Amino acid sequence: MPGTTDAFISLTGATKSFNGITVLKNVDFDVRPGEVHALLGENGAGKSTLIKIISGLYTPDGGTIRIQGETVSFSSTRDASKRGIATVYQELLLFPELTIAENIFLGAYPKSNWGGIDWDTVRERSRALLDSLDSAELDVDTKVARLSVAQRQRVEIAKALSRDARVLIMDEPTASLAEADVQRLMDVVRALRARGVAIIYVSHRMPEIFALADRVTVLRDGALIGTKEIGEVTEASLVAMMVGRSIDQLFPKPEPIIGDVLLEVEGLRCGRLVRDMTFSVRRGEILGIAGLVGSGRTETALTLFGITPAEAGTIRIDGKTVTIRSPKEARDLGIAYVPEDRGQQGLVKAMTIRQNVSMATIDRLSRGLFIRFADEAARAVEAVKRFGIRARGGIEQPVGQLSGGNQQKVVIAKWLETAPRILILDEPTRGVDVGAKSEIHAIIGELARTGVAIVMISSELPEVLGMSDRVLVMNNGHLVTILDRAEATAESVGAAMTVAKNRKDAA
Amino acid sequence: MAFADHPTARRSERSLLHRLYSAYGQEAVILVAMVALFVIVGLINPRFLSPENLNTIFSGNAYIAVAAIGMAMIIITGHIDVSVGALIGVLATISGTLAVAGYPVWVAWLVPILVGMAVNALVGAMVAYARIPSIVVTLGMLSILRGGLISVTGGAWISGLPKEFLIAQAKPLGVPAPIYFMVILTLAAAFWMRYSAFGRSLYAIGGNPEAARASGIPIERRTVMVFVIHGAFAGLATLLFATQLQIIQSTVPPNLELTVITAAVIGGVSILGGTGTVIGSTLAAILFAAIGSALIFTNVSAYWLRAVIGVLILVTVLADMIRRRRQGRA
Repeated sequence: MPGTTDAFISLTGATKSFNGITVLKNVDFDVRPGEVHALLGENGAGKSTLIKIISGLYTPDGGTIRIQGETVSFSSTRDASKRGIATVYQELLLFPELTIAENIFLGAYPKSNWGGIDWDTVRERSRALLDSLDSAELDVDTKVARLSVAQRQRVEIAKALSRDARVLIMDEPTASLAEADVQRLMDVVRALRARGVAIIYVSHRMPEIFALADRVTVLRDGALIGTKEIGEVTEASLVAMMVGRSIDQLFPKPEPIIGDVLLEVEGLRCGRLVRDMTFSVRRGEILGIAGLVGSGRTETALTLFGITPAEAGTIRIDGKTVTIRSPKEARDLGIAYVPEDRGQQGLVKAMTIRQNVSMATIDRLSRGLFIRFADEAARAVEAVKRFGIRARGGIEQPVGQLSGGNQQKVVIAKWLETAPRILILDEPTRGVDVGAKSEIHAIIGELARTGVAIVMISSELPEVLGMSDRVLVMNNGHLVTILDRAEATAESVGAAMTVAKNRKDAA
Repeated sequence: MAFADHPTARRSERSLLHRLYSAYGQEAVILVAMVALFVIVGLINPRFLSPENLNTIFSGNAYIAVAAIGMAMIIITGHIDVSVGALIGVLATISGTLAVAGYPVWVAWLVPILVGMAVNALVGAMVAYARIPSIVVTLGMLSILRGGLISVTGGAWISGLPKEFLIAQAKPLGVPAPIYFMVILTLAAAFWMRYSAFGRSLYAIGGNPEAARASGIPIERRTVMVFVIHGAFAGLATLLFATQLQIIQSTVPPNLELTVITAAVIGGVSILGGTGTVIGSTLAAILFAAIGSALIFTNVSAYWLRAVIGVLILVTVLADMIRRRRQGRA
């Protein structure tokens, strides 16, 4: 295999599974000194597992790791860091109340003769490291709390370099940066490459990958799809590699029965991430919303559902203008929202299936002061049957004890109890196993055929493309485009998701 | 223990307490502990079971159980109130003052309940709408009430209470009135918590406020309401507390809030919110009183009482944490 001999670090046949689910199978990967190697894949493709194996956080179940040809095994991140591997995480791991210099050398302070910390050396070397990153404006005595995200990132990089990093793993380093900072970061990456550092660069953003990477590796469903020289690929071919081709087989979509316009949204605004959204959904239609993490998809849903009420804009249901200031008002208008994070917004885990299923309709289930228990139980039993919720203890089992897929079915069941006309689903199959996933897709398809207008947010492109009648693409709080099912392909949606940020917004 | 390592043997050894615990929860455990305590101490010293002593245990501590009902509701909703002892002290003084001043007794009984509700409406509003943690709001309230009480009364005792005011000393059908209060209020509250949409929403808010809000439960209004109800129970507790003796000390009963909170927690109300019942809190309130009395009747220094209760708190909270971890929640 080309690259194995001159690679600094190489993995062969790396495999990892959790609780019997294989998340990484037989993956080969290597990175050479003075190279930027981009790592691509959808959420759940195995990128972060691979990174965590390289950085020593996970021990692989199978396969070998070699550093400069020598077989090694890491039992901790400390082992990996001793071999020159450093990671700049997406969520920066600095201590805000310490100064820049203190952060850079934390855990590895140079000692003076009498055993204390040699602060002069700490400050001098921090200064030199920051200068080498072209960051002369940063004072080493400033508290990290006062720095911007981009500045903190440079401190993280300086910290990695202070440990003589030979391999630098960067996990979505530009996810939360403004355009000008992205350029600057790219310059830093180029400078590091020129110094012979091997860089593993994880990103969704196509322009950066083409501007920086020497090689690119694509993972899908935990398997290696391919490693290519950047010259051999195009944006379209990369997206196709990430998504795969078998969309039609995965999502057997019944012929939709599309009716009149039910929900109309015009000029909807809320905060930074919902700006001027205008779209409509018809009865029986599934509108997919695609976009990168942080593009404003969830925020749009939260605004429609009244959790963060709109600051401006009009919402019309059945042609009538409505105001939605709380989830209760949204519910009473026939809107239901199955949230992105089940644990946080979807369920009360200590409560039983029965109590969770009735939670959004408990006032309607009451007569006078008291809940009609027989009705409540009967509805829960029916939901368990209808959605195939697997629970050993029946409807009296606490939902915290169910699997992810069954928990998600409980959340969907809860909202269908409200008999919604408009159903908003946010990542309906995240963290759900394959079997339950197709069951949930079948439920969604069935609901649409009964005339419910469905808005489905998903980070999984195959799901969006397979399920939707139309696809709305968001980027940085704005609507980029709405594509019909026929026009919506991995390439067209992928391109719209990753368009460069609007100039106007950066200013 | 030759076969203790055998898996089935070990399981059945553990099973009695374990099964009881998982089927009927903390309430059953407390009931069993209480019966055991009465039997054992009664065998050691039969005077422990004398009518006078039982009256002291049940009737004399009913006000703690009544206050613990409201406290249990507050903790189930995910909050806490450390000011309830001070509030009861203030309400008792108001009640006694009105009674001595010649107002009709029903006024002297009713006003403290209304004042308790009003004070806690304020607390609840600050917790729900200003989003100040309840521990902070009620710590502030504790200082205000305690300081205000001492400043206003100068620590003077109230005496010369009219006979008809002393409701706690009444004995309809030979049973002390506080026991009626305790039993009826506990059952009514338990029923309300279990069978009403309101009670259900308190469990949901305590279990996961974000999910409760997303499910359309108006959590701010519910939070204010539960504090108001808790204020009413504090008022009712005052009714029993202020009328049991011929005098009212114008001071805050020492450690009362801790005793009330402890009753709720040992009764099985999770300190993290979301689970527990008011039956448990009432049983636990009686259990403490019984333990305190048992120590006296077995000639053990009463100073041990707080230590014993301390151990009970830690064991209960530990069991709660273990149960949560099993449910994959913690």
